[in-house]
Amino acid sequence: MTTTRPTPARPAERPAPARRSRRRQARTFGFHLAAGGLAVLWLLPILLVLTTSVRSFSDIASNGLGALPGSFDLGSFGEAWGVGGGGHAMLNSVVVTIPTVFLSLLLAAAAAFALSRYRIPFRRTIILVMLSGNLLPPQILLVPVSKLAELLGIYDTLTALVIVQVGFGLGFYTFVLQGFMRSIPDELQQAALIDGAGTVQIFWRIILPMTRPALAALGALAFTWTFNDLLWSITVLRTETVMPVTPALLGLQGQYVSNWNVIAAGSVIAAVPTVLVFLRFQKHFISGLAIGAIK
Amino acid sequence: MAVLTADAPAVRRRRRSVRRVPPVLLLFVLVPVAVEGFWVFWPALQGFYLSLTNWDGVSAPEFVGLGNYAEMLSDDIFRTAALDTIIWIVLFGGISAAGGLGLALLLNRERRGVGFYRAALFTPVVFSLVATSLIWQVIYQPDGVVNKLLAAVGLGSWQHAWLADPQTALYAVLIPALWRQLGYVMVLYLAGLKGIDPALYEAAKLDGATSVQQFRHITWPQLRSVNSVVLSVIIIDSLRSFDVVWSMTKGGPYHSSELLSTYMYSTAFQSLRLGYASALAVVIFVLAFGVIVTYLVRAFREDQ
Repeated sequence: MTTTRPTPARPAERPAPARRSRRRQARTFGFHLAAGGLAVLWLLPILLVLTTSVRSFSDIASNGLGALPGSFDLGSFGEAWGVGGGGHAMLNSVVVTIPTVFLSLLLAAAAAFALSRYRIPFRRTIILVMLSGNLLPPQILLVPVSKLAELLGIYDTLTALVIVQVGFGLGFYTFVLQGFMRSIPDELQQAALIDGAGTVQIFWRIILPMTRPALAALGALAFTWTFNDLLWSITVLRTETVMPVTPALLGLQGQYVSNWNVIAAGSVIAAVPTVLVFLRFQKHFISGLAIGAIK
Repeated sequence: MAVLTADAPAVRRRRRSVRRVPPVLLLFVLVPVAVEGFWVFWPALQGFYLSLTNWDGVSAPEFVGLGNYAEMLSDDIFRTAALDTIIWIVLFGGISAAGGLGLALLLNRERRGVGFYRAALFTPVVFSLVATSLIWQVIYQPDGVVNKLLAAVGLGSWQHAWLADPQTALYAVLIPALWRQLGYVMVLYLAGLKGIDPALYEAAKLDGATSVQQFRHITWPQLRSVNSVVLSVIIIDSLRSFDVVWSMTKGGPYHSSELLSTYMYSTAFQSLRLGYASALAVVIFVLAFGVIVTYLVRAFREDQ
């Protein structure tokens, strides 16, 4: 089922010139067959993890992971949340993610505002250099960043993680936001200026509110990226008690080697916040992902 | 994309009217630039320098010139990791680009149920790669679903410890990565398809073009800019791919699923050979460099 993914029969491109409605019916049927089959294939792994997480350990041990569930037991969630440290890790993740999203968007918006609405010398070069920082493979930064954090005495603290995440994300957010802010008509700003608004006021009261759609899209994206991060966390953090959800999940795996119900419950817990953000900001989230493509 | 000539005077007029630069803006630009400079560009430069040294992270780095790079030539693990990275780029990149385009074409037209299908394919994008890899480890276990299914259809002899066998580990890791990436590429292509003027298709239909011809002569050429974005995203993503491999196999067994990124990480933080690890990171950078430059050139052109 997984290794040899069946290529779905695409609806025939040009059916024989039969009666039109029948042809259309066949096409619709073929479409739902193909798309529905794929959708089921895509959702099955998720369903499987959900069922694994509610099975009891003895059920899995005696019948095997691949067997149909023969028990219903929510104890694994309690285990993953409490003893497994999921609750604590979730708190760490929140403590990292919220300031990271807020700070990176604020700083990026400020830079984008200045670079898109004023004649800053070399503004285009600055934007592109900032963007290129985000395109760098993070591997080249890992060793120096961990040493830098040690040097500043913030190694193994959530502060370090927030700062690193903000620094690495800034380029992309600035790039997207300046593109968006450039399309805001100048007359609004002129009017505000005539009414005596200062630069900061124009930024805060005029431009920022008008950038809301882009901020929502980037905010949703930044939330999932930060929340799901593994590489930066394991680079600047060492102690288990400060680990956010993603690295904690890995720890859970080591701790509960064959307790697949607890591990499954842990991954379900870890997915809940991003799924919630996705459901809430679905439209923005998807348009955010597509930002690069439609420019 | 190219700025239309008709727009040019308007743009110029707007630019001319831009006011003088208030001093507070200096802060607006300098603070973010300083943060990124200090945490990204400065470390990057250090990374290049460290690649020319031997360093255990404690004593002072010892300058060895290109010694680390020379060592790679005779390092079998490096060779495996480089080869696996290339396989990864080709398979992960090729399948997610072609598959994402196929899915987007399939689900492009608004019709009943299409929203559900899109959402289903898109759902994994929201999960972290670590959660994804745990989900798939459940599936791959010796007593897991894959082996159960193989037995059920009479292919019991194909049963495998998928992640523990050097022959299959890399590909077993690739599938969850694709499971998660395909929906993302589909979104990019859907956005691109939405941007194509429907009048083009109507005109083509009047001329009696078949759907294959419509794809070849309208859809594909119109998707050019999306294609280049997808290509860049995919190459950068494949070179960055770390989470899924690290959480499923840590590069093993016997380095069979080792990518440059996982090898770099374990060399740095487990073997504590920070200089050699930095050299590996530089190799990753060099591989990504072409993409970065193309991306920037494209962004620069659009900006004008």
